[in-house]
Amino acid sequence: MWGRIRALVIKEILAVWRDRKSRFVLIVPPLIQLAVFSYAATYDVTDVTVALFSQDQGLAARELVARIQGSPTFAKLQVVDSEQALVDAIDSRSAMAALRIPADFSRRVEAGSGASVQVILDGRRSNTAQIAAGYLTSIILDHNASLARAPLPVLVTRVWFNPNLESLWVVVPALVGLLTQVVALVVTGLSVARERELGTFEQLLVTPLRPWEIVLGKTLPALLIGLGEGSIIVAASQLWFRVPLTGSVALLYLSLAVFLLCIIGVGLFISALSATQQQAIMGAFLFLVPAVILSGFATPVQNMPDWLQTATLVNPMRHFLVLLWGLFLKDLPAALVWHSLWPMAVVAAVTLTGAAWLFRRRMY
Amino acid sequence: MIRRLLALIRKEMLQVVRDPASIVIALVLPVVLLLLFGYGVSLDARHVTLAVVVPQPSSRTSSLTAAFANSPYFDVTQLRDRQSAEDGLVSGRWRGAVLVADDFDAQVGKGAEAPIQVLLDGTDANTARLVRFYAEGVWGKWLEQEALDAGQHLVVPVNAEMRVWFNPALESRNFLVPGLIAINMTLVGTILTALVVAREWERGTMEAMIATPVGRFELLAGKLVPYFLLGMGGMALSVMIASWLFHVPLRGSLWVLALISALFLAGALNMGLLISTIAKNQFVAGQVAIVSAFLPAFMLSGFVFEPSSMPGWIEALSHVVAARYFVTCLQTIFMAGDVWSVLLPNGAALALIAAILAGLTLRRTRKSLE
Repeated sequence: MWGRIRALVIKEILAVWRDRKSRFVLIVPPLIQLAVFSYAATYDVTDVTVALFSQDQGLAARELVARIQGSPTFAKLQVVDSEQALVDAIDSRSAMAALRIPADFSRRVEAGSGASVQVILDGRRSNTAQIAAGYLTSIILDHNASLARAPLPVLVTRVWFNPNLESLWVVVPALVGLLTQVVALVVTGLSVARERELGTFEQLLVTPLRPWEIVLGKTLPALLIGLGEGSIIVAASQLWFRVPLTGSVALLYLSLAVFLLCIIGVGLFISALSATQQQAIMGAFLFLVPAVILSGFATPVQNMPDWLQTATLVNPMRHFLVLLWGLFLKDLPAALVWHSLWPMAVVAAVTLTGAAWLFRRRMY
Repeated sequence: MIRRLLALIRKEMLQVVRDPASIVIALVLPVVLLLLFGYGVSLDARHVTLAVVVPQPSSRTSSLTAAFANSPYFDVTQLRDRQSAEDGLVSGRWRGAVLVADDFDAQVGKGAEAPIQVLLDGTDANTARLVRFYAEGVWGKWLEQEALDAGQHLVVPVNAEMRVWFNPALESRNFLVPGLIAINMTLVGTILTALVVAREWERGTMEAMIATPVGRFELLAGKLVPYFLLGMGGMALSVMIASWLFHVPLRGSLWVLALISALFLAGALNMGLLISTIAKNQFVAGQVAIVSAFLPAFMLSGFVFEPSSMPGWIEALSHVVAARYFVTCLQTIFMAGDVWSVLLPNGAALALIAAILAGLTLRRTRKSLE
């Protein structure tokens, strides 16, 4: 029996490896994605252009402007000299935020009667604009502290696990899940559909191999490919991106293997259901896109409505991301790893059994 | 020649109508995705779970706890000991913790630092940043209120008034949904044509077409027209969902929206054709379409991640992604209106990309079998 499975595994690996184009697709795109996405998926807010419309030439106004100019977030200051120019700067997206200093600003600051400035944000990019506004407010608070006679106590904030809020530290661990998911799904999703289109699947079914042996023979190569690719990304995270890996590497690999089994199960399930490769690709896509969007990769799960948060519990990537961020940044204890691991194990068991059952059924 | 072209278009139309898969891709997929994303994707950090640790409760600490609890941004749980707050931060139960000092009452009002400390979970950097600003806001308001209660009037030297244009309630959905429409259209336009034409190469029906007197221009036009109509149908459905279900304002004019979408779709369809003529096999075409069209549209278009904050070489790369211009146009048409200073340059870029892709496709499509 093991000999039969071994033969099937070797055949599957060769089938993927011998085709030049498939080989290319497995190796090159994930590496490019790793390089591009780790830098592109950023919530950092830097190099913001601020339009400045100052109707006041007094000393206090110039001091405030100098403080904003000195901040690394606001690299470019676009000085405008009329209300209309300020509107144009925001409308045309040349500035993300604008600061209007009224004519009585310096007079009121010197009199100690409380002056105000207006901060205008481009709501078309409300997230970035909100963060830029937060930085502007912090600068104004600092400025206030330097002006006030009895300074107000400032709030001290400490960020755990990622003290400088580096986007790379968040994105690179998540890419371990994202990229291995794509590869595992594509390899398994298309393997059976392609065999069915070519008619070789029927040949496979008339061999002495049992359905579960076929499932195993299709699972192992994808698992090996996924683990290999995951290792490359983990290695890059250490050697190139320098993301701390505080948790246990053994638990990381265990989680990766369980996660891959889930995805392979889904891939085989899709594959068994579809008659053509086109359907398989569509099916893979219909799974992949919601799985990524509803995983917490781009936007947090906690921001979703409650019913959708409940629905995401069946999404393996949601649990895997908790594990990845936990193991990379938080040194997640084994008890908490188990907490996210068992839902994935259930998904893996269900999808793999379902695929084996479908393989049998599709013949009759 | 016109007759031949019409006959071809008719043949392709029939093929589309008889193949439920392409209808599903073009019409059902965008609707399902938009519904899923419209509900699922949100950057609004509201109801952030926050632990407030108060070792020595007093009337002042409870007014501070109430100030955090009354903020729409926080769901507050009061705790007595620091350890459980820290454990909850590791397990992800709390996204932030406010540690109140033991001698809060004695300390408050003295010293340059507040007698409370805010701990945040940095594994979600965006939320951590927002929560930091919200917490500063709550703290500032509380100090002001305390001063008022004590009969003093706190003069803040410089006060910043915020005005958010186009999106006063800061609903992230209003800018995410237009971006999602762009992603949907990338998906529909590119994947649809890439797979369908690659399948024809695989099955050999493309060879049958080559054997006819049809010119390559007609061949491509015949393929493009039906999928173009299908894609525009998907676009119309998406716009309806965006305005009626998600109540995203549509302040620009419909004809501008249609024109810009047509330019983008032309580029996306040509991209799909180009991929299929190069790949000639569905496995590779599907992969290449995902990697070269969908993922860049997701990551580099400015739909969630701001290109100007990316490193220079990535920002440069994002300029060849058609979705970037489309997202910019859609966000402006939906939220701001027909702002020509945005629409003209971005529309021109879309037209240029479509023209280049069409030229490349025409050159790559040879009526030969190599």
